[in-house]
Amino acid sequence: MGTSKVFVSGNEAAAIGVKLARAHVISAYPITPQTVVVERLSEMVEAGELKAEFIHVESEHSAMSAAMGASAVGARAFTATSSQGLLYMAECLHYASGGRFPIVMMNANRSLALPWSIYGDQRDSLSLLDSGWLQVYVEDAQESLDMMIQAYAIAEHKEVLTPVMVNLDGFVLTHTYELVEVPRQEDVDEFLPPFDTENKLDFENPKNMCFSSSPSDNMEFKYQQHKAALKASEVIKKVDQSYREKFGRGYGGLVDGYRCDDAEIILITLGSITGTCRVVVDELRSQGKKVGVLKIRFMRPFPEKEILDITRGAKVIGVLEKDISFGYEGTVYTNVNSALIKSGRIIKSYNFIAGLGGRDISREDIKYMYEYLEQAASGAEKECVKFINLGVDTDGE
Amino acid sequence: MGNETKKINARNITDKEFFYGHKGCAGCGGSLAVRLALKVLGERTYTVLPAGCMSAVGFVYPQLCFSTNAMISTFAGTASMLSGIAAGARALGIKDFHAVGIAGDGGTADIGIQALSGAIDRNEQIIYICYDNEAYMNTGIQKSGLTPFGARTTTTPAGQNIHGSITQKKNMFEIAAAHGISYAATASIGYAQDFMNKLVKAKEVKGTSYIHVYAPCPTGWGTPEDITVELGKEVVDTGLWYLAEYENGSFKLNKNPEEFLPVEEFLRKQGRFRHLDEKDIAQIIESRDKKWEYIRKNWEVA
Ligand SMILES: Cc1ncc(C[n+]2csc(CCOP(=O)(O)OP(=O)(O)O)c2C)c(N)n1
Ligand code: SF4
Repeated sequence: MGTSKVFVSGNEAAAIGVKLARAHVISAYPITPQTVVVERLSEMVEAGELKAEFIHVESEHSAMSAAMGASAVGARAFTATSSQGLLYMAECLHYASGGRFPIVMMNANRSLALPWSIYGDQRDSLSLLDSGWLQVYVEDAQESLDMMIQAYAIAEHKEVLTPVMVNLDGFVLTHTYELVEVPRQEDVDEFLPPFDTENKLDFENPKNMCFSSSPSDNMEFKYQQHKAALKASEVIKKVDQSYREKFGRGYGGLVDGYRCDDAEIILITLGSITGTCRVVVDELRSQGKKVGVLKIRFMRPFPEKEILDITRGAKVIGVLEKDISFGYEGTVYTNVNSALIKSGRIIKSYNFIAGLGGRDISREDIKYMYEYLEQAASGAEKECVKFINLGVDTDGE
Repeated sequence: MGNETKKINARNITDKEFFYGHKGCAGCGGSLAVRLALKVLGERTYTVLPAGCMSAVGFVYPQLCFSTNAMISTFAGTASMLSGIAAGARALGIKDFHAVGIAGDGGTADIGIQALSGAIDRNEQIIYICYDNEAYMNTGIQKSGLTPFGARTTTTPAGQNIHGSITQKKNMFEIAAAHGISYAATASIGYAQDFMNKLVKAKEVKGTSYIHVYAPCPTGWGTPEDITVELGKEVVDTGLWYLAEYENGSFKLNKNPEEFLPVEEFLRKQGRFRHLDEKDIAQIIESRDKKWEYIRKNWEVA
């Protein structure tokens, strides 16, 4: 196939994906480490490679409002943000999902103030898990590019009509250069036809959108929205499958299990850290340890069934995540445990909270987590929620 | 097209209703502004209304009251949503349309001012109308940045300590103009023909236009429902509001009363001003006179 290879960062790969998806309107406000994706897109518009309207909005709230306006007339809208910017548009995230606008947004995962930090963790997007957006976390630049195209196919599916947030780990992924394969525009056009929806303002058939509804109807709208988000599970898998058929690359849909088939110890991850975990798994496997890693790709819809299937044979699981729901535990951990308990499975599970505010998660750290899980599997008493690589001890131990 | 539309008046305006069956209070000035605006702008109009009375009374599913395309924006997002609509329509090759935002004074002068400023700065091809009922009516008559000096609201009670609103109205018309906007105007629903003429201009202008229309609210102001239009006239005739335009970089006053009607009489009709004493009224007159002195000196006067 006439594809080409380029050496680009995660941000640039995402921009190429958006260009190939032929976004009509791009509105965005800069924030580190997201900036490069919109810089590249504006260059593409300038060069005439991408025929899109670029709106230089004055805030993230406006970026998402403009995206909603564009989507409301049937245009394909894109925006990108990170961290404080994501929170600043929080009101609009709920609005976009409730209005069923199939917008695609790239979020560069970054820590939240205070203390101020431009470095990566996943508290920004995970704190908006309930905003009604589908959330995918990608592992590398290739997946960033491919997911921009897949994301529109998923979001615009008639039975889904729900916005998608594509999460890239700040710096680690947004700023790291990799060799990436770029599909041909003609093939992408075949894969992703122009956006077509009845849910739009239309002079032939005028509509009132984004209305109020009283307690007698409101719940039904929310129920439909929920059903659509659940329905997305199926659509995500189908889209991934047909993407694989067309472009030779797929990602497993909602999750991606690595060497999990006979694994007794499984570490669950999100995003770019998965790459390092794969390396550690290979190393431990060569020592004869039955370990695997399960990458959750989509946090919404939540891959409950897939997680249960893949962890069926495991003795113990760990959840490694770069966030915390203060006063409780990691958000991914809560979600995973909920799936387990509902299924009636009693399996030991542990939570590793790491990488907050951009702290490095090394191979050694990951090895430590597998050891921790191994000890737990052989009956040792272990803390359920463990902070990794903490430089200070305030527990008075 | 230009010449044809210029002649819109009471006789030839369409009898089609584009905002019909809403739940606005009897005598609502805001809803009159919406009705008139849509009649002038016509069927190929996308309307965006933020949270506020006009969205609250017009969009309660399943009773949706706009017969043209319309949607509610977030409270702060009127101008930015409009920008997106205009850009989306352009990108799809949709031609001959208007994108109009119709927001209250709170949605314009307070929470929405950032998005409005951004849109004017980008010179978006949009029309932004602020219907000014001088308070946050939809949430129960609280003070906004456009509540006039002295007015009682539910957050500026008329006691000894707070004594009604102690701030002056933010000057939105001149704030819009200061951006170097293509077209800005003030209007009042009491002078409907003038308002319609300005809408026609806004429709034809290249770039952003802003119309600030005074729209009395019987419920919030404590006034009888059948004097809304009268109040909309008197406010201009007393000099407490003025009809003006900003075009090609200069200001023009459209109506210059030789003598002002008595201010006190106008204020006393309104429950929200009933507590004012002589001193307060003198202060209102003083600031009016100052404003007019400035206007007559600096603006072109009709
Ligand atoms: C972000 C946000 N904050 C507050 C509100 C609550 N709210 C809804 S309408 C409104 C007041 C609207 O006042 P104004 O814009 O003057 O319009 P009016 O109701 O007077 O027509 C407020 C405060 C909201 N909807 N959104
Ligand atoms: S409260 Fe005032 S602005 Fe709101 S609908 Fe009633 S009259 Fe109109």
